[in-house]
Amino acid sequence: MINPTEYLPKSYHPRVSTYWWLTRWVYLKFILREASSVFVAWTVILTLLQIRALAAGPARYAEFQDWLRSPLLLVLNAVSLFFVVFHAVTWFNLAPKAMVVRVGGRRLPNLAISAPNFAAWAVLSAAIAWILMRG
Amino acid sequence: MANRITIEVTRYDPAQDEKPRFDSFEVPLRKEWVVLDALNYIKDHLDGSLTFRWSCRMGVCGSCGMTVNGVPKLTCATFLSDYAPGPVRVEPMKNFPVLKDLVVDTSDFLVKLEKSKPWIIRKVEKPLDEEYFQTPEQLEAYKQYSMCINCMLCYAACPVYGLDPLFIGPAAIALAQRYNMDSRDEGASERMDILSQHDGIWGCTFVGECTQVCPKHVDPAGAIQQYKLTATMEWVKALVLPRGSE
Repeated sequence: MINPTEYLPKSYHPRVSTYWWLTRWVYLKFILREASSVFVAWTVILTLLQIRALAAGPARYAEFQDWLRSPLLLVLNAVSLFFVVFHAVTWFNLAPKAMVVRVGGRRLPNLAISAPNFAAWAVLSAAIAWILMRG
Repeated sequence: MANRITIEVTRYDPAQDEKPRFDSFEVPLRKEWVVLDALNYIKDHLDGSLTFRWSCRMGVCGSCGMTVNGVPKLTCATFLSDYAPGPVRVEPMKNFPVLKDLVVDTSDFLVKLEKSKPWIIRKVEKPLDEEYFQTPEQLEAYKQYSMCINCMLCYAACPVYGLDPLFIGPAAIALAQRYNMDSRDEGASERMDILSQHDGIWGCTFVGECTQVCPKHVDPAGAIQQYKLTATMEWVKALVLPRGSE
């Protein structure tokens, strides 16, 4: 293949800094969104551990609850909650980009795609909260 | 409003400099002036050796893309007064080799653009006296992507392209999608070979900045995510349906 820059004078090739994601708030927000998946994974693991403790009987479950009350776990889970919510909000906000729904030849506005996602999230969360709180 | 503003401009002379530096110029701050007006003022009155690209001065030609205070911008559509009291830092577009001052080498984009086959492909052409009809709805399906002016601001904003130069990039994919969505086109399967490879759509991590900086509201990030959906459906179809079936 012909090298299109062969006959050009030398050029300066800037290197991308390792810390490029700190140069603009939008890039940092993107990295935080990507990093949030680690906390989502932790939340899944925690739920699996909880189910295992529950299946092992009341004594084992009480022990598990004590472990959850340790300062380290409280801080970790508070941070995880923040990131899981951040992950969900950014995910639902991105949904209209990937989904193009046309009604009567016109594209539905972004809000019409993201709002049902947020509504379903709120309804499911409320239902789970109701099941957990009622007993 | 102060009547002058300082502009810091990247200077790089390939014949003399190892790496770029900044020169500062003081220019009049006028309400109706855009950054490109300030650059032209510098070239006309202060330093004739300042090198930059521009042409139409009205956001159509896509030549005057640069980095203004860290953000990719068309300098003909970026008002100086929005940056008062300054200083305003004008750099070449990021992620491209710098040839001189604010001029970058765009060859890589042009090679990738051609690879994505941004033209109508027909299996059989109609005779010249027959027309290809299109309804307003069919036009609407791709019109947004056809607004691309090849300014490459989306490449300058894309960290994936900066880190992995093999990535085919936002505009080339959006323009491929412009023809895929065109009811007259029959080349979608030809383009899929280029688009659905690792350095095609799957290189995109959905930073979304390409869409934010696009001066023509093309939404390349949307085009890429929609194409990911299409490519996945095609893959599932190929997996489920017997070979050779369409």
